Amino acid sequence: MASTYEKIATTTLSSAAASIDFTSISGSYTDLVIIGSIKTATLTNPACYVRFNGDTGSNYSVTNLYGNGTTAGSTRFSTQTFIRYNYVTDPNTTNFAPVIMNINNYSNATTYKTALTKFGLASIGLDNTVGLWRSTSAITQVTFTLESATNFATGCTFTLYGIKAA
Amino acid sequence: MSLILGILDSGAAAAAASSYESIATVTVGSGGTASITFSSIPATYTHLQIRGIARNSNASAGGLSINMQFNSDTGSNYSYHYLGTYQGEGTAAWAGGTANESFIVPFLMPTNSLGASIFSAGVIDILDYANTNKYKTIRGLGGYDMNGATTGYNYLNLNSGNWRSTSAITSIKLYGSTANFMQYSQFALYGIKGS
Repeated sequence: MASTYEKIATTTLSSAAASIDFTSISGSYTDLVIIGSIKTATLTNPACYVRFNGDTGSNYSVTNLYGNGTTAGSTRFSTQTFIRYNYVTDPNTTNFAPVIMNINNYSNATTYKTALTKFGLASIGLDNTVGLWRSTSAITQVTFTLESATNFATGCTFTLYGIKAA
Repeated sequence: MSLILGILDSGAAAAAASSYESIATVTVGSGGTASITFSSIPATYTHLQIRGIARNSNASAGGLSINMQFNSDTGSNYSYHYLGTYQGEGTAAWAGGTANESFIVPFLMPTNSLGASIFSAGVIDILDYANTNKYKTIRGLGGYDMNGATTGYNYLNLNSGNWRSTSAITSIKLYGSTANFMQYSQFALYGIKGS
């Protein structure tokens, strides 16, 4: 049987960069999974953002569940210009932090798009988020950035996978 | 395409070439449906994963649970726990559990009261589903955000569930606690092979 879980693209930074971008994503899969490992080149504790299709409008929102070592809690942000997938777990210049993002049914032209993300650093805590992009457009581009134009450090890597249902 | 190697997290299951296979997919058509059943599931995999999006036709405010049963067992042989955020408007996490239930709740879905076009997304892992020596365990990750809509919206859950049966799982039923899955809801069943 043909593989239904395929690597689409990988980006590993050979020098610091302000964004990591997957473009021209095919609509031939059912779901997307993005797995990354990030740290910052300079500023510590930035917020971590993802946008779709280059949309910089206020079309995103997010609900977050976090644990910081002593407390579990939640927060949310409405009418944002990005999905912020961290709240207590701010990346730093020292340790790489893992990111796993699921975007189910990313290519349908009927529903708004929802992204489930896990993010964490063992020394700080963890964040789980559900993010909404209020667009029925198929996702063809995914862009990761950091707060205040902070750069991703050399060695940061993101891999985009596609899952194809029968 | 390249191989995928390694152990990944929920929603990014372990896979090598052809070790992660699509078994069946159900997409809800116009008019909706009360339940979705995957039947005649072969025992040739090690784990199962269900990925999907869902919305419920009930017009009442709030979210609704997606219920899951195995092998048509409607007895009180299930239990589940949840950790999550409810509404997401406060600062408290939401946790609890239910014993001797007749279903497992892997995640929730929005009702048809607000936020048209918003569906929950979820990933369910069913571990060692064909083993006849173990009770069966699942975990679910899912949720939805409604962009700040008022009371009763915005959920994110990490759930675990148990079915107290040593039978191999051969069928899986998903249904809402009331009303129907709406059009465009979709669930896809995948099989993950071991060695």
